[in-house]
Amino acid sequence: MTEQAQEFDPARLIRMMSKNGHNKLIGTQYHGHGEGWCELALPYSEDLVSDTASGILASGPIFTLMDMATSLSIWLKTGVFQPQATLDLRIDYLRPARPGQMVIGHGECYHVTRSIAFIRGHAHDGDPDKPIAHVAGTYFFTAS
Amino acid sequence: MRTLLSPYAKTMGFEANHDAEGRLVISMPYGDGVRGRPGFVHGGALAGLLETVAYVTLSEALGEDDTPMLKPVNMTATYMRGAVEVTTYARATIERLGKRIANIEAVAWQDDPAKPVAIAQINVMLDRSGR
Repeated sequence: MTEQAQEFDPARLIRMMSKNGHNKLIGTQYHGHGEGWCELALPYSEDLVSDTASGILASGPIFTLMDMATSLSIWLKTGVFQPQATLDLRIDYLRPARPGQMVIGHGECYHVTRSIAFIRGHAHDGDPDKPIAHVAGTYFFTAS
Repeated sequence: MRTLLSPYAKTMGFEANHDAEGRLVISMPYGDGVRGRPGFVHGGALAGLLETVAYVTLSEALGEDDTPMLKPVNMTATYMRGAVEVTTYARATIERLGKRIANIEAVAWQDDPAKPVAIAQINVMLDRSGR
């Protein structure tokens, strides 16, 4: 387990995933990780705003960011790279992200069973003490 | 249609149509930009589609004369089937439209509306303080 955990490199994985697919479109980047948690960054982009007048980022990209950060946190918790799928994910929008600001998404896996991983997380736009969103959800291991 | 015309919606390639019953349906063509794990649509792209159809349905229901600020409160997405490499469709039902809060359910499917790939419960605040 420990050996596999050391082998699992989220920074490398995110660099790889950012080259194509939905992550490339959104622009997700690696920001940091530790045991059972992962942080990703979403640079501000005018292509991702919900309203041109306000310049506020749409909530869809923030949902994607949190989905990514929380799913990576599971592999960092278990140390095993096994196939998984999102069962459900709830997001609470505490306040809008400030236009122009990069959004940081922190995902944490706090419990796993044989079939289910339980996650939570939050996002901020510069000050971790002033979150813009909280998430909670579950994933299931598709091969279990 | 303000939400649909958002830069985000354009980036995602969303298209709006109305079905035979006149209900709004938003489609998301499959492409590299919505791909998650190989062969499947990313859950975040599905969430963006569900949220967009909910907000546009709400805007249509309010009409042109009633334009409160629509502020997202929260959203719970449930994934039911893997969404594969074809177009995904979504429509929304407003379960309750109050003065300050709207409760909306959105559903996304591919071949058969009776076999959803994902659903979402979405709560929206209607803010008229600034108008």
